[in-house]
Amino acid sequence: MIESALIEKTSCYHCGDECLTEQYTADDKQFCCQGCQTVYQVLSENKLCSYYNYNDHPGATRTRIDKRFDYLSEPSIVSELIDYTDERVTTVTFYIPHIHCSSCLWLLEQLNRINPAVHYCRVDFLKKQLNIRFDHQKLSLQQLVELLYDIGYEPLISLQDIIKKQNSAVKDNLVSKIAVAGFCFGNVMLLSFPEYFGLTSFENSFKYFFGILNILICIPVVFYSGWGYFVSAWQNLRNKVLNIDFPLALGIAVLFIRSAAEVFTQTGAGFADTLCGLVFFLLIGKFVQKKTYHHISFERDYRSFFPVAVHILDNNIEKPIPLSQLHIHHRMVIRNNEIIPADAILLKGDALVDFSFVTGEAVPVSKTLGEIIYAGGRQTGEAIELEVVKPVSQSYLTQLWNNEAFTRKQDNRMQTFNEKVSKYFTIVLLLIAFSSFFFWLPTDYKRGFAAFTAVLIVACPCALALSTPFTMSAALSIFDRNLFYLKNTAVVEQLARINTIVLDKTGTITTGDSTCVKIEASLTDEQKQLVYSVCINSIHPLCRMIYHYLGGMERLRVNKYAEIPGKGILATVGKHQLRIGSSKLVLGYPEKVAHSTNVHLVIDQLYLGYFAFEHHYREGMEKISALEPSLNLHLLSGDQDHERADLVKFFKDTSRLHFNQSPQDKLDFIQSLQNNGDKVMMIGDGLNDSGALKQSDLGVAITDNVNNFSPRSDAILDGRSFNKLPAFLRFSKDTVKIIHFSFLISLTYNLVGLSYAVTGNLSPLIAAILMPVSTVTIISFTSIATHLVAKQRKLL
Amino acid sequence: MSIIYFLIGCSLLLALCFLTAFFWAQRTGQNDDLHTPSMRILLDDDDEDLT
Repeated sequence: MIESALIEKTSCYHCGDECLTEQYTADDKQFCCQGCQTVYQVLSENKLCSYYNYNDHPGATRTRIDKRFDYLSEPSIVSELIDYTDERVTTVTFYIPHIHCSSCLWLLEQLNRINPAVHYCRVDFLKKQLNIRFDHQKLSLQQLVELLYDIGYEPLISLQDIIKKQNSAVKDNLVSKIAVAGFCFGNVMLLSFPEYFGLTSFENSFKYFFGILNILICIPVVFYSGWGYFVSAWQNLRNKVLNIDFPLALGIAVLFIRSAAEVFTQTGAGFADTLCGLVFFLLIGKFVQKKTYHHISFERDYRSFFPVAVHILDNNIEKPIPLSQLHIHHRMVIRNNEIIPADAILLKGDALVDFSFVTGEAVPVSKTLGEIIYAGGRQTGEAIELEVVKPVSQSYLTQLWNNEAFTRKQDNRMQTFNEKVSKYFTIVLLLIAFSSFFFWLPTDYKRGFAAFTAVLIVACPCALALSTPFTMSAALSIFDRNLFYLKNTAVVEQLARINTIVLDKTGTITTGDSTCVKIEASLTDEQKQLVYSVCINSIHPLCRMIYHYLGGMERLRVNKYAEIPGKGILATVGKHQLRIGSSKLVLGYPEKVAHSTNVHLVIDQLYLGYFAFEHHYREGMEKISALEPSLNLHLLSGDQDHERADLVKFFKDTSRLHFNQSPQDKLDFIQSLQNNGDKVMMIGDGLNDSGALKQSDLGVAITDNVNNFSPRSDAILDGRSFNKLPAFLRFSKDTVKIIHFSFLISLTYNLVGLSYAVTGNLSPLIAAILMPVSTVTIISFTSIATHLVAKQRKLL
Repeated sequence: MSIIYFLIGCSLLLALCFLTAFFWAQRTGQNDDLHTPSMRILLDDDDEDLT
C-alpha cells in the first residue's frame, strides 16, 4: 500500500504530470500516458535524450491523442501555409505554442537527426516560431507536421494566423531612420563644438567649412529620418486636425531653413546640432512607443478559432476540404473534440456538444437527430455526421461579425491627452510667433524674422511629444510583468477613464473547471464503489465529475442500467438498487431552494445524501466588487440564472445581473451604457463576448493561457492576475497624472526658451543645450515616477 | 592646420562605413531575433548521446 502510494506520486519523465499508473514504463522511466512514452521512445531511438538533460520535464502532456493532419495533403491548403517552394525544397514557418525552454530549442533544431529530409530548422524563441526548410520529395508537409506532433510540438495551424500577418507587415524602417539620425547627430555635434567654444580669427576659415558640412549632413536627417513628420502633418491638415506633428514638422522645417540661410549668408552658425538632436530624440520616442508582443495576437476572430479544414463525405468517401470550400448540403464528419464550423443538421451519431465558448453555458448539450446545431460547438464523444445548412460566413455565430461594430473603423475611440493638448498648444505657439514677428517688424524686420523663427524653434514640443511615449511604455512594461498585455500605449489612457465594468460570467469570473464536488453524505467504501461503477457508464458531465472525484476504484458489474436524460440514473448492481440524480427523480419531489447543483443518492431505498457542485469564482472577485462606489459593475451572462443567489453578493443589486444574453444582446447592452455617457470596459473570454468586446471602449479578453485563442480585444489579461485589476485601474490613473505633470515640466522649459526667443536673441548654444536637457529631464522623470507609482501599487 | 580638412574627411568616411555595416546587418535580418542566439550558445552540439 505504501509502495503504491509512492509510485502514485512519481511524475512523468516527459511532461512532469503525476503518473497515475505504472503501466507506462520505458528504460526505468515512468510516464503518465502512452503519448509521453511514445515521444520518449522516438527521441531515444534517435539518440536525442539530451533533450531531458537541459531541463526537467520539458515536454507537453500528451493525454489527448486524436489529431488528424490528413487535410495537409490538400494542395490548396498547403499552398496557403508554405512560405516558399521550388522543385526540390520547401520553406515553411510554424507557430508552436509549446516552445518554452532551452530543451525545446535544442530538440527542434535537431530535427534532421530524426529525419534527414529536413535541411534546416531555426527557432525564433520569443515569437515561438520554427522556420523549416525541407526536401518535399522525401517528406510531405503532412509528414513534417506529424513528425513535430510525434515529438510533442504540435504547430498551431490556422489560415488566418499571426505568422503571415507579421511577415507581411510593412516595415517602416524606423530603426534605419534612427541610425541615420544618430549618425548625423553625432557628427554635427562634433563639428559644432568649435563654434560653441569660440574660434580665433585665425581659424575663421574653418567656420564656413563646418557650417556647409553641417547643412549637408542635415539633409538626410530632414528628408529621410524626419520626412514622416511632414507627411503626417500634411495629412492631418487636410483632415483639418491639428495634432502634435504639425508644430514638430514646422520646427524641423524652420530649423533647417534658418540654419541654411545663416550659413550661406555667413551671418551665424545655424542650428544644425539642435535639428539633428530633435529628430533623433523624436524617433527614439516613436521606437519606445512601438512595443509589440510577438507571440500574442489581438486581432483574432472566429476564423482562427475554427479549424483549417473539415472532413466531408463525398460518395461515402471521407475527404478533407478547406473551410472556405464548405457549402450547403455538404455532409461533414466531426470527431471527438473537433469544432463544428457551420450551422448544420445532425444526421448520425450521438451529439454531445460543448458550447462553452459560444454561449458561455458550461455544461455540454446533448442533441437529437434532425436538430440544428449551431457553429462553434465542440463535439465530445463519438464521431457525428452533419449536413451543412448555412455557409460558414452566414452562420448564427459569425453573423455577429456583420454588425456595424465590426465594420466601423477603430479610431473613433477616446482622444488621448496628447491629442487634446497639442491642438491648443499649436494655436498658442503660432499666436506667440506671429505677435513677436509683428512686434519687431516696424522697427527691425531682420529681428522680426529672427524672433519668429526662434519662437518656432525653441517651442518645438519635443519634450511634450516624448512624455507620453516614455511614460506609456514604462507603464506597459509594468502591466506586462503582471501578465496584463495591452495592445498599444493608447490603451493605458483608455483604462484610466473607465467608469463602468461589464463582466462575462463563464470563463471570466468562473474558471474552466470551476465547480468542485463535495459529498454531503457519509458513504462507506463499498457504497462509493457502487456509485463509481454506476456513474462511469454515463457520459453526463456531472456523472463524470463524480467518478473522477471518487477516483480509480474497481469497477463492479452493473446488472440493470437506465439513464433518464436530464434527470438521473436508475441502476442495479449486484443486490443493490441505486438511484442517482435530481431531487425529483430520487426523492419524488422537486428541490426547494438550492444554492448549488445537487445530485442526490438513494441506495436500497435509503436516502444517503447528495453530491454538491459548487461554483468557484476567480480569486479577487471581492476586490473587484469593492470598486463599486466609484465604478459601476455589471454582469452579462449567456447562462441560465441558477447562480443568481451566489453572484448577487458581488454586485450592488440584482438589477446589475443580466442572464440569458445572446451575443447580440451583449453588444446592445454595451451600446446602451455608452449612450448614457459611460466609458465601458468589457471583460470577456469567448466568441460570444466578441461583439461586446469590440463595441466597448476597452475590451479585455481574459485567458488562462495567452497562447490560446482569445477574441479580438484591446488587452489580454492572464487569469492569474485577475485579482490585480483594481490596482491596474489605479495605476493607469496615476500614469495619466504623470503625463500631465511632465507636460508642465516641458512647458516650463518652453517658457524659459521663449523668454529668449521673443527678443530675437536666441543663440545656437542655448538652443543646443535647452533641447537635450529638457528631453533628458522628461525621460528620467517619467521613468522614475512610473516605477515609484508601480511600487506603491504593489505591481513591482 | 589644413590637415583638419583631411582628418574630418577621414572620420566622416569611417563613420559612414560603420553606418553601412549597420544597414547591411539590418537588411540581412541579423537583428531580427536577438534572444534565441543567447540561448543557443549554451547548448552542446556533441554527436554522442550523453544519457
